[in-house]
Amino acid sequence: MSSNNNRELSYSLAINEAITQLMDADSTVMLIGQGVKSPWYVGNTCNDLIKRFGEERVIDTPVSENAMTGAAVGAAIAGMKAMVVHPRADFVLYAFDPIINQAANWHYMSGGQSNVPVVFWLIVNRGGEQAAQHSQALHSVFAHIPGLKVVMPSTAYDAKGLMIASINDNNPVVFSDDRWLYSQKGIVPEELYEIPMGKGIVRNEGKDITLVSYSYMAVESAKAVGELKKESVSVEFIDLRTIKPFDEDLIINSVKKTGKLVVADGSWKTNSFASEIISSVNEKAFEFLKAPSARVCLPDTPAPSASSLENVYYPDYKNIIDAIKSVLKWKKEK
Amino acid sequence: MDFSKELLKKLYCTMLRIRHCEESLIEPILDGSVRCPVHLYSGQEAIAAGVCSNLEEKDYVFGNHRSHGHYLAKGGDMNAMVAEIYGKSTGSAKGRGGSMHLIDVENGIMGVAPIVAGTISLALGAALSSKVKKDNRVTVTFFGDGATGEGVLYESLNFASLKKLPVIFVCENNYYSTHLHISEIRTNDNISEIAKPFGMACFKVDGNNIFDVYEKSKEAVNLCRGGKGPVFMEFLTYRLRGHVGPDDNVQGSHTDIRPKEEIENWRKKDPLIFLSSYLLKNNIFSQQQLDEMKKEVEKEVSAAKAFAVNSEKPSKEELNYYVFKQ
Repeated sequence: MSSNNNRELSYSLAINEAITQLMDADSTVMLIGQGVKSPWYVGNTCNDLIKRFGEERVIDTPVSENAMTGAAVGAAIAGMKAMVVHPRADFVLYAFDPIINQAANWHYMSGGQSNVPVVFWLIVNRGGEQAAQHSQALHSVFAHIPGLKVVMPSTAYDAKGLMIASINDNNPVVFSDDRWLYSQKGIVPEELYEIPMGKGIVRNEGKDITLVSYSYMAVESAKAVGELKKESVSVEFIDLRTIKPFDEDLIINSVKKTGKLVVADGSWKTNSFASEIISSVNEKAFEFLKAPSARVCLPDTPAPSASSLENVYYPDYKNIIDAIKSVLKWKKEK
Repeated sequence: MDFSKELLKKLYCTMLRIRHCEESLIEPILDGSVRCPVHLYSGQEAIAAGVCSNLEEKDYVFGNHRSHGHYLAKGGDMNAMVAEIYGKSTGSAKGRGGSMHLIDVENGIMGVAPIVAGTISLALGAALSSKVKKDNRVTVTFFGDGATGEGVLYESLNFASLKKLPVIFVCENNYYSTHLHISEIRTNDNISEIAKPFGMACFKVDGNNIFDVYEKSKEAVNLCRGGKGPVFMEFLTYRLRGHVGPDDNVQGSHTDIRPKEEIENWRKKDPLIFLSSYLLKNNIFSQQQLDEMKKEVEKEVSAAKAFAVNSEKPSKEELNYYVFKQ
């Protein structure tokens, strides 16, 4: 394969390429899920997979989330590298038993005798007046569970590399993406490559404050960083890419330098993964903190339908800028 | 059908191994040396023995909370099982699983789990993998009558039938779902009927009659092996012990679940007595030969117990081993 170092691909086609190339290279990779035949469900992420690999390895399924997720887990237990896609992350709530009771615990409760190389691919589909049951981002819930890894790429490059790393991982991985990212374009190498799990990346070096984000909120964070630059605020922006395990050292070292922290997370504020990051900074870098840390999250409210409500429900770069400014302004009361 | 002397001995010894191993756990449960929840299989041995003796080593089995019998019948190591029940590091899951998480991948015991109906869909996936790999394996999932209340069973029946998967759904109907009689959880007890609308072969079998169990299981395995799966099997049986531990759940004792006469009636249909009477009556084995088999089994069971008792508990430094596979 001739490598074109400047080829641009959309986020969704980067996922498609990752799956296609890996299925080509490894006959044990299989994909199960509702709508893998249909762009209506999964965008163009599954283009031509059935045509290339057949209906035994790429299975569009009845609406049976619990059994289909369990089937992916069982296939992985029996030696396949199985993926199951839930085209609306909300649908996975029917499948907590195979994910949490079975897959996440399996390696531990078998004393290491059996492992589950399965990917639970959840597409967050917020916005578009779809309301509470077609919009939920559940990554913070999964990050709570021992035995699960959770990845949240924000760029096309990371989407391909993390999808490949997820499928090749020996453990159950929740791959959480967001339809709002699907049209994002970026440079994507043509060859197979992995982004190491648990490694974040500094997208912008800065000295005034540390901003941590992942998945779609990283896009809003990048915008905020650009705007603040114009006002001479220097933000160190970390795209975490994986939240479980997460790159704690990268964050701690940054906070040691800046002394201030904002986390932008696309899930609800209470018990969001943002809270976990702030706790860990409190535990490990308390003496370096010069101000209380802040979270930019969804309000503790189900997703509304009406666009007038959606507009205030979903935080964007302006909310991130506000949070950063208020942390920077904070002064200890005498 | 012709049952060779060799096969009859194998079936009898398998059932005997299960029964003796199960009953040997009562004392250590009562004296506190076994602490994990233990769901005894006594009374249901013919099903595990009859089904598993039709399977090859490569075939897959998934079980539930009451799976000591499935594990032993499929060839699982008794020492590792008993040590696991004692919570020892020499156990099949190194003391991370206990009685409800037995596993022996080498012998095709892919895993057992106490979430009711929790491994049924896993069996679907294992069967799917066999289709992709064309390895001609058959997968069996064992569950109880209580699992018929779980939606995932019906999802799995539909999908298995849709994809013609080589999977056998084995429902061991022992008439009790924990503390509730089947009449309190279903409008009828015709469990085998539930699979008919999905267009698969369904068998209703006397689960205490080893001959019926063996023959019907053979038919089911052959159907799956020949690409004519899936198959649903309902075995009628009775657990001689209570839901968990040695408590027999007898009415009039501190629990108020099972009438004494019901238990007495089923004792008369004990699958081990049924088979041993047959073997004696037809002069296949003498009483002395049966006694020798029993002695052998008792030896194995006491050796397994000694192995477990003499093994170490996992050390506290190992708490977080095996959360992830590296």
